[in-house]
Amino acid sequence: MQTAVIRFPGTNREKDVVMALEHATGHAPRVIWHKDASFPDVDLIVLPGGFSYGDHLRAGAMAAHSPVMKEVVRQAEKGVAVLGICNGFQILTEAGLLPGALLRNAGLKFVCRDVCLRIETAESPFTTGYQNGQVIQVPVAHHDGCYYADDEELKRLRDEERIAFRYCSAQGGQDNRSNPNGSRDEIAGILSASRRILGLMPHPENATEPLQGSTDGSGLFDGLTRALN
Amino acid sequence: MSTITPEIIAEHGLAPEEYDRVKEIMGREPNLVELGIFSVMWSEHCSYKSSKKWLKTLPTSGQHVIQGPGENAGVIDLGEGQAAVFKIESHNHPSFIEPYQGAATGVGGILRDVFTMGARPIMNLNALRFGDPEHPKTRHLLAGVVAGIGGYGNCVGIPTVGGEINFHPAYNGNILVNAMTVGLAPRDRIFYSAAAGAGNPVVYVGSKTGRDGIHGATMASAEFGEDSEEKRPTVQVGDPFTEKLLIEACLELMATEAIVAIQDMGAAGLTSSSFEMASKGGVGVALDLDRVPMREEGMTPYELMLSESQERMLMVLKPGHEDEARRIFEKWDLDFAVIGHLTDSGRMELRWHGETVGDLPIDPLAEAAPEYDRPHQPTPAPQPLGVNDIPDSQDPLQDLKKLMSTADLCSRRWVWEQYDHLINGDTIRRPGGDAAVVRLPDGRRGLAATTDCTPRYCQVDPQEGGKQAVAESWRNLCAVGAHPMAVTNNLNFGNPERPEIMGQIVGCIQGMGEACSTLEYPVISGNVSLYNETGGQPILPTPVIGGVGLVDDLEELPSAGLPAADLDIILVGETRGHLGQSLYLRDLHGREEGPAPPVDLEAEKRNGRFILQQIEAGRVAACHDVSDGGLLVALAEMALAGNLGLFLDTTEPRATAAWLFAEDQARYVVITSDKETVLEAAGKAGIKAEVIGRTGGDSLKLSTGQHISLDELREGHENWLDRYMAENPADSVA
Repeated sequence: MQTAVIRFPGTNREKDVVMALEHATGHAPRVIWHKDASFPDVDLIVLPGGFSYGDHLRAGAMAAHSPVMKEVVRQAEKGVAVLGICNGFQILTEAGLLPGALLRNAGLKFVCRDVCLRIETAESPFTTGYQNGQVIQVPVAHHDGCYYADDEELKRLRDEERIAFRYCSAQGGQDNRSNPNGSRDEIAGILSASRRILGLMPHPENATEPLQGSTDGSGLFDGLTRALN
Repeated sequence: MSTITPEIIAEHGLAPEEYDRVKEIMGREPNLVELGIFSVMWSEHCSYKSSKKWLKTLPTSGQHVIQGPGENAGVIDLGEGQAAVFKIESHNHPSFIEPYQGAATGVGGILRDVFTMGARPIMNLNALRFGDPEHPKTRHLLAGVVAGIGGYGNCVGIPTVGGEINFHPAYNGNILVNAMTVGLAPRDRIFYSAAAGAGNPVVYVGSKTGRDGIHGATMASAEFGEDSEEKRPTVQVGDPFTEKLLIEACLELMATEAIVAIQDMGAAGLTSSSFEMASKGGVGVALDLDRVPMREEGMTPYELMLSESQERMLMVLKPGHEDEARRIFEKWDLDFAVIGHLTDSGRMELRWHGETVGDLPIDPLAEAAPEYDRPHQPTPAPQPLGVNDIPDSQDPLQDLKKLMSTADLCSRRWVWEQYDHLINGDTIRRPGGDAAVVRLPDGRRGLAATTDCTPRYCQVDPQEGGKQAVAESWRNLCAVGAHPMAVTNNLNFGNPERPEIMGQIVGCIQGMGEACSTLEYPVISGNVSLYNETGGQPILPTPVIGGVGLVDDLEELPSAGLPAADLDIILVGETRGHLGQSLYLRDLHGREEGPAPPVDLEAEKRNGRFILQQIEAGRVAACHDVSDGGLLVALAEMALAGNLGLFLDTTEPRATAAWLFAEDQARYVVITSDKETVLEAAGKAGIKAEVIGRTGGDSLKLSTGQHISLDELREGHENWLDRYMAENPADSVA
């Protein structure tokens, strides 16, 4: 699997996802500077976490309109898989590659802590390493992670089984207290209609080694590696 | 040029005799630009004029020290070609006036001090002091400071992994915000600030210069009065996004051979950076101030020299490398301007569109910086507690529950959840334990760091308090299996012109120096913050220690919480039952009384080394030092962290409050499955160690049959800060 990790000014979690991908695939992904002239031939594009353009205007809004995103859209149309984590998810919604929006956390504060996620569908290259209903523990770290979509969009996401992850209790139950940011329907991550694009707020890349306190995030990267090879 | 009146001199914080020295050095009356430069260079903040005499007594060298105090940050050798660069710095006054920006720019400033030296920052810590929780401003200040620290560090992408917070009415009018950064650099690629090479270009990079923060250094060198709110315009505004770009651009340039010297523009901005670079290098400097990138129109040379706009650096390049450097800064969309060159005149020459607007001799100004031997009056020894004057505990577990749900001992989760403490994927020990541990790039070793001070001890006994801050830092590192290497210190005190305050400063520095010498734990950088008083009410003396240690093997890391049932609990170190200045007396009985616990430095050294040996021999499943609140609090913290109960043997002579809540020093709790070997090793080393209980269950149980469930204990402990902040939601939103 060949991967391009895109770096905008203000991107700051690229090293984390590079480590996780290297661990899963045995080789380091390419890191692409947003001003780079050419785009490599890859199977997966990753938009990592951070504060692209300092969150000026709105989180993800500036990056979504940068030239390199036009290339990402072209690649996505060709069927290249796209993974947006945290700020990457915000960019994907701002760019219209995923529906909905990420609003300020319900508690209004930045939140960094471990959360539990329930795998809602294993039917995608990103979630094939997990089982339906499996509960994993990974951290979140964001200020604007409250997922919002209108009723119609929400219904479509549910009907098409495009909700990939929901915040849940350690036992897998859905409740408000396990939701760190007030997201509608406890949504932590969603798929595109093609199921080739995933956006999620949590950081599976920070839970891939025993020393990090959890290896539950490895399933995403291992599954991707198998699915895209 | 305007004439210099006595009012203008006073506004610049210069004493009349200091102004006489200015005229002597200049050989004439200075103009306003020159006066401004003298004012900031001789301010307490930049010159350390009250503390220098005593700072010189601290031990600053050692086997691992590459760079001690005097540079932007200190440097220690980690072996294997790597070095750690670190420093702590205060941003107290600005944070009181405007908590979010004050704290945020404090983080930004300390980050720059570290990456200026060629190091990539790998962790941030802080040490915070707030007033009485019931004081009307406390919630607002706490919310703003925490949001500011998080807002800056999270965006820059450096994990904030540790810190400490105390509350006390003495900080009602003067909170303390001390920020620490630890960075990592190749050992042979450290960058320094001494300029060299007449003719070499002087380059300005980073943000444009605006009118913010003019005279911040002078403000930080005066007491607050009624008008402190009016000083808001002198608080700088931070831009962590630009800082992130600046870090990347500087580190990219540092990988080339272009840089001769580099210095960040911190307090007193362009003045102190250019002055210090030239002074350290023994060269002169000529600056064309009209070439400085400006954010606002109509700025004057005076404003340009004194602005404290953030996210700016000054560097001296090798000739011919300007274009290489310019390309890197343009890639990162940052300003880059050649604003002058070095000379061999020994003078600072300032020009504005070709016309000279300032001309000062560098060495005489630096050498003549005032240094005072201020009168100091030792703090009188506290009254000892009478033997019969110590209230015993009828129900130790209910007392424990109350203590664990106080402002000083409750969980800090509400705070550190607002800090991204996991970014970079190398955080191995998270906030909430004795010390944070961050993995080094070799994957096998770790760097541990902690900030510590117990101001209530320093208040009654500056010398023992100074020692204790060092000793606690040492213990916190040993408890996570880290070899303590060196410290940075942040000395926060009141007005040094008052002999009793100067006595605190002298006492704390002496105690600190003695501890650092005995423990071979040198001071490699630091910061002094004086005049922390409002309306004549000084803060508690607060000499914060930021300690750094090296973990040789992350696989042997003991856990912070109880890891498994049926393990033995061993108490290492001597319990004498010292309750003077304890939280037990203060928070349960309303008595801030008695002497501070004495610190036996030889015992600290012996016990700390013993703990490290046991950890490295793989005999320690979990470890925690005993400090605030005493043994029972330490055990409860371990139980909550591991979500596992324990049994504590409280048969005679352990049935007293003194045994359970004493704050005797040099003690650790060790959890082990190999008690025989640990006890035997302790016996051989002449160290007191005894089995006091066993892990298991879901409650804390005593020999008396009294018990308390973890859930009951957790409820108040975990949620105290959340509830406190929610009591007035309008204030808790920054």
